[in-house]
Amino acid sequence: MAAHAHPSAAQPAILNEVNPTPFPRATLVENNRSFGWVTDKISGIIEGKTPTWWWVCFVLACCVASFTVAGITYLVSTGVGVWGHANPVDWAWDIVNFVFWIGIGHAGTLISAILCLLRQKWRTSINRAAEAMTIFAVVCAGIFPVFHVGRVWFAWYLFPIPNSNVIWQNYRSPLEWDVFAVSTYGTVSVLFWYVGLLPDLAVLRDRFFKAGNKVRSFCYGLFALGWRGSNRHWSNYEMAYLILAGISTPLVLSVHTIVSFDFAVSLLPGWHTTIFPPYFVAGAIFSGFGMVLTLMLPLRAIYGMQDLITQYHIDCMCKIVLATGTIVGYAYGMEFFIAWYGANPNEGFAFINRAFGHYAWAYWIMISCNVITPQFFWFKKVRQNTALVWILSIFVNVGMWFERFVIIVTSLARDFLPSSWGYYSPSIVEIFTFFGTFGVFSVLFLLFIRFLPVMPMAEIKSVMPQADAHGHDHH
Amino acid sequence: MSAKPYGLIATFDTTPSVYHAAEQVRDAGYKNWDCITPFPVHGLDKAMGVKRSNVPKFSLVGGILGFTTGMSLIFYTSYISYPLVVGGKPYFSPLFAFPVAYELTILFTAFATIGGMLFLNGLPMHYHPVLKSSKILSGMDDKFHIVIESSDPKFNLAQTKALLEKVGGKEIQELEA
Repeated sequence: MAAHAHPSAAQPAILNEVNPTPFPRATLVENNRSFGWVTDKISGIIEGKTPTWWWVCFVLACCVASFTVAGITYLVSTGVGVWGHANPVDWAWDIVNFVFWIGIGHAGTLISAILCLLRQKWRTSINRAAEAMTIFAVVCAGIFPVFHVGRVWFAWYLFPIPNSNVIWQNYRSPLEWDVFAVSTYGTVSVLFWYVGLLPDLAVLRDRFFKAGNKVRSFCYGLFALGWRGSNRHWSNYEMAYLILAGISTPLVLSVHTIVSFDFAVSLLPGWHTTIFPPYFVAGAIFSGFGMVLTLMLPLRAIYGMQDLITQYHIDCMCKIVLATGTIVGYAYGMEFFIAWYGANPNEGFAFINRAFGHYAWAYWIMISCNVITPQFFWFKKVRQNTALVWILSIFVNVGMWFERFVIIVTSLARDFLPSSWGYYSPSIVEIFTFFGTFGVFSVLFLLFIRFLPVMPMAEIKSVMPQADAHGHDHH
Repeated sequence: MSAKPYGLIATFDTTPSVYHAAEQVRDAGYKNWDCITPFPVHGLDKAMGVKRSNVPKFSLVGGILGFTTGMSLIFYTSYISYPLVVGGKPYFSPLFAFPVAYELTILFTAFATIGGMLFLNGLPMHYHPVLKSSKILSGMDDKFHIVIESSDPKFNLAQTKALLEKVGGKEIQELEA
């Protein structure tokens, strides 16, 4: 890049122009594929015959989901007493599971919004499936707070709907903030996802029309709203997409901040700490990327998507898991430091009790899964071993569930009054209900990969080298 | 009238070719014309002379409306409709009302942004001559098209066709209205 320098002149003290070292750009779609290949590959999944494995997984997922249905039916017909909650642990698996699922959702929004603003082009291959994961995770998360109110037919009391008692919600409570945060998050995630789907639904509409399948063409066409790829439309569309990314970024950060306020605003030792909002957000992104890897790696293998989800994509995701996992590990250490430095005996006890008390087993599962597991991603060999990455991603999911369990249950089980201390164990109904949510999630995700394009075709095309209007040179 | 076509459609194979063709159609002074592309082509707005989108204006209105709704909802319910002392705290303070107002700002902005985008694009649209054309299939896949509408004051079937040929358009066809 020294084309502008005079060949004979010595290097001047101050350069007229500084050119950054040319860095080879990572290829986002491998093997020099064409636009048509991308359309055929992604649409082909929907147009092809339903594979046998899909039916097997779908039936299995339905069976698992029935556990949630059974658990909730029993709960509603009997009462919240069927869960293992008892004084002093009045929040347990319900809130653990809620925070676990909502946290998983956050990676989807991070990929679609924050990486969009940062112009991380590698997001295009994974953002559609990650956004779908967000929505389905919010669905699973929502089940728990709604049903833990006990008399679920009063759940509408959470919203400011005029009622005959003329009373209103208590807006001083973080729990009410949470109602607004989570419902906004769910709604905006669906909207963002739908806007991204719009051009791809139009592709399917036209392909099914050509194939003579009028019914499916009509269904996709209905939701494609008459999209025709007009550049005047794209202009408004891109602006809208950018703004949605811009507002989803503070949204995703605020949602887990408010979730952490549920704890941080209380006065319980172990909960009442200012580190909670950033610590929860980092943990959410950590767990969410763990789940993205858990879902995308099998999808990539089954559908032969290696050219679209390349090793570069996996590297990027592993590095984010490593970075956020390390932040989480730092937060664990900082919590302990502040508990000691703050010199509050109750706070100090809460943390010693976490690591060495009755729930020490949960604490050390959390530490091993969340702090040690991601450190393997420093090594290129590990990141290139897809099976190993997948196994490590499962550990991340497990670890993050235990993090919420440790935070919620250990603090409550040993509160201020030793005479009321207790030990919480879940009842079989709770275990069934939580187990079933994995089925609910899988059912929704399987339907998604069967009927909707798993990757955004238009966005992938726009980051391919041929998309450059000024010609392209091969690196 | 019935014989008058909606416009002319020309096909281009590559992104640079449609980009340079768009510049020339713009310079020829056409107003009612469009490019059909399978993905947003970077820089094509400028090549077409399309102005910056008006969507942000909708977003701003939505955001202001959302924040005001949140604040006034909480002010009305906790200060006017049913004032209740909880934990000795004030009936209303913008501080505790902030998280809800913040979330509603984002919620309303999202709806306004998408609503604004659809409104400006005239969507949902039940019928459009381009959608009726067989070209739409490739237009959604891997080809690029330029459509010049007959409603343009400069439109002249022969001259416009000649222009499209000159800028490199292939398979030039008339679009049925």
